[in-house]
Amino acid sequence: MSKKIIIAILFILFVVLSISIIRMPDIGGESNPAYNDVTNYYIDNSREETGSMNIIAAIITDYRAFDTLGETTVLFSSIIAVFSVLSMKGDKHE
Amino acid sequence: MNDLIVKLISRLLIPFIQLYGIYIILHGHLSFGGGFSGGALVGSSLMLYAIIFGLKESEKKLPHSVSQFIESFGVLAYIIIGFIGMILVGSFLSNKSAGFSLGEFGTLFSAGMIPLLTLAIGIKVASTMITLLQRLLKEDSHD
Amino acid sequence: MMFEWFNVILVIFLIVCAIAVERTKDLLAAVIIFASYSLFMSVLWLLLAAPDIALTEAAIGAGVTTLLFLVVISRTTRMEK
Repeated sequence: MSKKIIIAILFILFVVLSISIIRMPDIGGESNPAYNDVTNYYIDNSREETGSMNIIAAIITDYRAFDTLGETTVLFSSIIAVFSVLSMKGDKHE
Repeated sequence: MNDLIVKLISRLLIPFIQLYGIYIILHGHLSFGGGFSGGALVGSSLMLYAIIFGLKESEKKLPHSVSQFIESFGVLAYIIIGFIGMILVGSFLSNKSAGFSLGEFGTLFSAGMIPLLTLAIGIKVASTMITLLQRLLKEDSHD
Repeated sequence: MMFEWFNVILVIFLIVCAIAVERTKDLLAAVIIFASYSLFMSVLWLLLAAPDIALTEAAIGAGVTTLLFLVVISRTTRMEK
């Protein structure tokens, strides 16, 4: 009985997600919400302000450089976590 | 691993993988790619060496103390480059206004601090991967 | 039009791979299927005009993650209980 309810709920979720995927705007289209003033600002001004040919590099290491510092900190803390877990000198027996 | 074919092919292949990774890092501001992609390539070539020739050979080439130092150096270089802008004009990680020379557009030495930051991220990512693998392999050989 | 159908085929392959990883009892086989998942994901990124993400996915997803999983499997058991 409960299995049938789960399948019904999953089917409703599948229908809702499929409809929302069909109604999504096109990739790179004009009606896309990601296409706004910020995009045009980067395309127009990144050459004068950063001198970088690659606009993606200009964004991630100049306009959003603080964000990239956070990503590097995540890598650093991940390796600290691995070291501290693997070098624990706890009780060896199960 | 004691397979002649694998050893021979990887010995031929590893320099080219590393060269491609260094190319991706150094041309981060000119073509696609950057610190993360190039660092991942260099790190995966070091991991290939470690898993083919064993932990001892790998630690002979890149001792654990050196890789640990390089790893901390990557983050530290990033923060020091940021502090240069903070001291000169008062805003963290500023590029053009802090006096970094932008150079000629489209050449290797251009775009101010972007190649330096890309190099720091690449060193950091590559050393993170090889340090993780060496730590896991070392645990294996102890038991 | 043809590229769109290629995208659809790749996405269907990704879904099949994801279900296969979840159903497989042999962890070594699951890791290999996961590597092929990452490889097809990188082809999909390339078709979506993001070559830098494709490069990172191919190096980290198919190479480094597989290697780390293999080392962990060699330290623990191969079959799922």
